[in-house]
Amino acid sequence: MTEANDRNSQFDFRRLIKSKELLVFAFLILLLVFAPLFLSIFRINLLGKFIAYAILAIGLDLIWGFTGILSLGHGVFFGLGAYCMAMYLKLEAAQGKLPDFMSWSGLESLPWFWKPFTNSALAFAMAILIPTGLAFVIGFFTFKNRIRGVYFSILSQALAIIFSVLFVGQQAYTGGTNGLTNYRSIMGFSLSSDTTKLILYYISLALLVVTYLFCNFLVKRRIGRILVAIRDGENRVRFSGYNPATYKIFVYCLSAAIAGLAGAVFVPQVGIISPAEMGIVPSIEMVIWVAIGGRGTLIGAVIGAILVNALKSGISDSFPDVWSYFIGLAFVLVVLLMPQGIVGLVKEMARKFKQTPNHTEHLSTDKAA
Amino acid sequence: MDSILQIDNLTVSFNGFRAVNHVKTEVEKGEIRFFIGPNGAGKTTLLDAICGRVKPQSGQVLFSGNLDVTRYSEHEIVNIGIGRKFQVPSVFTHMSVYENMELAVVKDRSLYSSVFHKLNKEQHERIEEILVTIGLYKKRLNTPKALSHGEKQWLEIGMLLAQEPKLMLLDEPVAGMGRSETDATGKLLEKIAQNCTIIVVEHDMEFVRDYATKVTVLHEGAILDEGSVSEVQSNQKVIDVYLGRGGEGECLM
Repeated sequence: MTEANDRNSQFDFRRLIKSKELLVFAFLILLLVFAPLFLSIFRINLLGKFIAYAILAIGLDLIWGFTGILSLGHGVFFGLGAYCMAMYLKLEAAQGKLPDFMSWSGLESLPWFWKPFTNSALAFAMAILIPTGLAFVIGFFTFKNRIRGVYFSILSQALAIIFSVLFVGQQAYTGGTNGLTNYRSIMGFSLSSDTTKLILYYISLALLVVTYLFCNFLVKRRIGRILVAIRDGENRVRFSGYNPATYKIFVYCLSAAIAGLAGAVFVPQVGIISPAEMGIVPSIEMVIWVAIGGRGTLIGAVIGAILVNALKSGISDSFPDVWSYFIGLAFVLVVLLMPQGIVGLVKEMARKFKQTPNHTEHLSTDKAA
Repeated sequence: MDSILQIDNLTVSFNGFRAVNHVKTEVEKGEIRFFIGPNGAGKTTLLDAICGRVKPQSGQVLFSGNLDVTRYSEHEIVNIGIGRKFQVPSVFTHMSVYENMELAVVKDRSLYSSVFHKLNKEQHERIEEILVTIGLYKKRLNTPKALSHGEKQWLEIGMLLAQEPKLMLLDEPVAGMGRSETDATGKLLEKIAQNCTIIVVEHDMEFVRDYATKVTVLHEGAILDEGSVSEVQSNQKVIDVYLGRGGEGECLM
């Protein structure tokens, strides 16, 4: 009887911890919902960009923080999603003519693979499907062949180089180094109007909520624990009768899909996508957001992405040269001093603050969960 | 009696080195079979070959009469009823003991089921029953970090039990345990053996003497002798290569 009580109180406690995370998320979303009342449309537009990054960070956290697979090439999936969206925007801006950069490069008609992107719905779908498809192909061959750890990370980094070089090289089809820019409107709404910007901001916010809730649902189901189990002991997972490759391919595809979505959210608000956004440096920066926020917790990824990018725009506004030193230093400090990131630090502080002898055991279990 | 595992002329090589060399043996249902032998005798490699971790160069491992396990991959072998415990306890440290068991007890291990299906009542009951058996019921909400070395070993054995295997492969389950823990483990194995065949690799000769139904002595990848404990103990060749050297098991203790 006492044991049963014990168990119930424990489970309630856990729910509380988990709902606390949801509570923090709800509070954050509330802040973002009301942000337009206090910030200029320029800042809101910027915040919309950070929200796109936050969406990506959730997916990256799922594969790195939960499953322990460090992908250093998520810029590619982000970039592909962004390019899909950008192709649509570019075609809408061209109003039935050939996009400007194509005629400068001597193309006379629209390449066949550009044609589907005149359709907005199809372009949105492609922004998610193409990254997912690419992740499936890569994931299938690497994870099935048990390529893991640092070898996978190097491979994913190579992917980032390949794609950025490819996109720079194929100027006639991709806009080369300049990327795709000079959009006019999205589904008929002018991109320069403040109302459109505000609507895009709220759409991004809604997509962030959807992504978060979906991933939160997943990690609370048994699959969430299987992913963590793969991180902590892949061999044991295999000898518990699961095929880790299936789960790894799934989570890689999912996080690529989320990255693609983030790219599609990013482009109409920022107004440009270029190969510089999909190379190694941005890919690594994405990992740093998650590390700083706190990997292994979805809220950590969101906080990390928004905070780091807000700092970035603040710092590089005033001292453009300092940023890369700052982010490097911040990363080193986080790795050394707070390996669980900001969220881990807050949890630790809360634990010390609340610690009473009765609570000790409970908290130590929950911290790990 | 029926045999559950037939190892037929099995050879495993690593870069030309034959870790297991033409091994042929049969394990009967309900046995607690021990593989003993000096270091490098090929005991662990033999277990690895049975559970699909290494692919043999030649030979067959027939399970339950006609399933050649060498043609299956590891997780498929688990699903046909062979469980494997490794020498170093490997449990999932970032979730509770209970959650560790949950992952093991599930029968449908597909992606779909992992997302949409929850455990049913029988599965929860089964977990609790096993937790009582392995003596970890009170610690079910702790993470394995809070467990002693022996308890981690038991948890891993419990996870194997939850898979309801027909054959369990245990690699040095009592290494690093004290005498009382070792005895508790032995009792546990006897209980498990009522519905499941067990193959154990072990150095601890006292443990072998107390719990083995039959012993296979391996030396340099080949079978040196096979029989009851007293039979192999009186075999001069076995004494020369293994037991006569004081038995590495005794050194470990």
